[in-house]
Amino acid sequence: MTYLDHAATTPILPEAVAALTGALSTYGNASSLHSSGRRARRAVEEARESIADALGARPSEVIFTSGGTESDNLAVKGIYWARRAEDPARVRLLVSETEHHAVLDAAHWLAEHHGARLTLLEVDDFGRVHEDTLRAAIAENPDDVALVSVMWANNEVGTVNPVRELAGTCAKHGIPFHTDAVQAVGALPVHFGASGASALTLSGHKVGGPYGVGALLLSRDVACTPVSHGGGQERDVRSGTLDVPGIVAMAAAVRVATEQREERAARLAALRDDLVRAVRAVLPEAVLNGDPGESLVDGAPSRLPGNAHFTFPGCEGDSLLMLLDAKGIECSTGSACTAGVAQPSHVLLAMGIEPAPARGSLRFSLGHTSTAADVRALAEAIGPVVERARNAGLAGLRRGTSPAAAEV
Amino acid sequence: MRVLAAMSGGVDSAVAAARAVEAGHDVVGVHLALSAKPGTLRTGSRGCCTVEDAHDARRVADLLNIPFYVWDFAERFTEDVVEDFVAEYAAGRTPNPCLKCNERIKFEALLDKAIALGFDAVCTGHYARLALVDGKPELRRSADLAKDQSYVLASLTADQLARAMFPLGDSVKADVRVEATERGLAVAEKPDSYDICFIPDGDTRKFLTAKLGARPGHLVDDETGAVLGVHAGVHGFTVGQRHGLGIDTPAPDGKPRYVLSLEPVNGNVRVGSADRLAVSEIVASRPIWPSGTPLAGTVDCVAQVRAHGGTSDAQASLVDGQLLVRPTGDLRGVAPGQAVVLYRPDPAGDVVLGSGMISATR
Repeated sequence: MTYLDHAATTPILPEAVAALTGALSTYGNASSLHSSGRRARRAVEEARESIADALGARPSEVIFTSGGTESDNLAVKGIYWARRAEDPARVRLLVSETEHHAVLDAAHWLAEHHGARLTLLEVDDFGRVHEDTLRAAIAENPDDVALVSVMWANNEVGTVNPVRELAGTCAKHGIPFHTDAVQAVGALPVHFGASGASALTLSGHKVGGPYGVGALLLSRDVACTPVSHGGGQERDVRSGTLDVPGIVAMAAAVRVATEQREERAARLAALRDDLVRAVRAVLPEAVLNGDPGESLVDGAPSRLPGNAHFTFPGCEGDSLLMLLDAKGIECSTGSACTAGVAQPSHVLLAMGIEPAPARGSLRFSLGHTSTAADVRALAEAIGPVVERARNAGLAGLRRGTSPAAAEV
Repeated sequence: MRVLAAMSGGVDSAVAAARAVEAGHDVVGVHLALSAKPGTLRTGSRGCCTVEDAHDARRVADLLNIPFYVWDFAERFTEDVVEDFVAEYAAGRTPNPCLKCNERIKFEALLDKAIALGFDAVCTGHYARLALVDGKPELRRSADLAKDQSYVLASLTADQLARAMFPLGDSVKADVRVEATERGLAVAEKPDSYDICFIPDGDTRKFLTAKLGARPGHLVDDETGAVLGVHAGVHGFTVGQRHGLGIDTPAPDGKPRYVLSLEPVNGNVRVGSADRLAVSEIVASRPIWPSGTPLAGTVDCVAQVRAHGGTSDAQASLVDGQLLVRPTGDLRGVAPGQAVVLYRPDPAGDVVLGSGMISATR
């Protein structure tokens, strides 16, 4: 099996498995006052301190959640509500067009049901938000902006945003800045404090931890109204009994992923460059989408090291995916919906790509288990697969509809 | 063979796919997303390719341990089936959208894509028997006459049928359900679908009026020419229809009135007594021969003029590229736009000789 979909989820790290299974055989509610509870609480707090240390945050800034989607929703809705409660004029949300649906749909929902005014920040052809775009959007009326949310690195095309610059612009106006760093943690140097962000989303299973656990890093001075109510376990911002095994396993994964980040990122970037070269050697017409990855943003790579995203002209993504799947190569069309129908990606459309080529795109994402053999397998398979998918694309074009055409 | 199984989420296509797997074929399941608004869950008995249907199909594929994908044919379906359906009604004809869907979507758009991707055949849960005889397809009625779907498959060309697979042709529905239960398929008890899939509430007239608006016209007595009333558009009527005519006064002789013909240009709906519905000749355009062999000379056969019922012994011939069908029995309510399908009676399942689209009746 050639697994090239690490951006969807990456295999759990042995260190995380050890932490998870170790914790699974213990018990105790971290909110209980007896010794079992204290033991659980201690494990959670050590995990919190470990994550804070790894990501340049203070332990009190780590709020455990059920994953990236919850963290994004909590940040967008919670900070919006809190900001509007302080000043009813603050109803504007500035969100980049290429956000994950967890941010985008939360923002649309606030616009539909909670009086928010949504401004989508335009991106360039690589999918990047420029500081002057944000500055101009804020300048329309700095006093009515509730929140800005721009992802650290895009999950589909891998383009890295100038987070420090964007956060700095927000800071000048006292506007909270949230960033979805689900793809960035473990791949780029993520330092919450240095970034200047007010809130940052991370997810356990994207860094080699378990599913169903994540965190929101939230500055102490940023108010956030809870989305779900209950015991108030996490700073009164997030309720629910803490998932002790999930949390300690995520902490183990974050620890390993950040400690090994530099070496791993360099290895994956080299492997990714091999992959891009190999695909282009077979298919010169394949278009690499997103930032070329040859420059620096905030001193780090301008593209996620493990990301390669191509458009294969004349092909449909679902055909490509099926044919590669049949050859044991697993990748992604980059977006999915509940019915499993491939819609053209909103990220690619925002980058100015037409719907037809957008449908003919695939994301290959590398991770800690990726090898040169994976790249070779793809290089060998991709040529015939694209040729076949292109024929199928042609077959999908309308036949003559005259009656004669329907006869034998 | 590499087989692509079209899986609707219903019991028939599930068992068909299971049988294809069991026969040793290399099967991949595909659910066709046909609705432009797929985000809805099924309400009542049946909706159109809902999220729930896709889920049911996926669960069957899980159990069969075959790959499964959802392919989007919503655009093609809207153009080739839904818009065609509306246009045909507007033109005073009565279309059969299932037939169109087989012809244009399942065995054209899907089949072409499947072949291009390296599959050898498309498998569906239709009730019809299909065999190759001397290298030519032979399409017969299903073993379950109540579920027989040869009528809606008769407009497939030999080329299309040569790459089709109907594993349920020899089975009766009750057995298929039992088999689904035995195989542990969760869809075993799922209700049959009867309605037109893109009109889940079954109200065709409301659907058409929403698309076409009101196009008022007269209800005219076919015998006297008298105007008996007004209507909101010929698209609300089908030849042979008795109910919902909206005529206040009964006929002088008290006989029920039926729709005899539709005249979309002047908006007239001609009505009259049942005996005027009888036809002596049917003209059908665009003849199609499932075996690839055109009708030679005048052939004694059984003609069927709608999906359920409406059969008569007949003599058929091919004249100037059109089918001429002369029913020898009593055949009433023959609606232009429907298919006429010709069968050669056979104890092992009536054989489809050919079909055409009814363009005129006399």
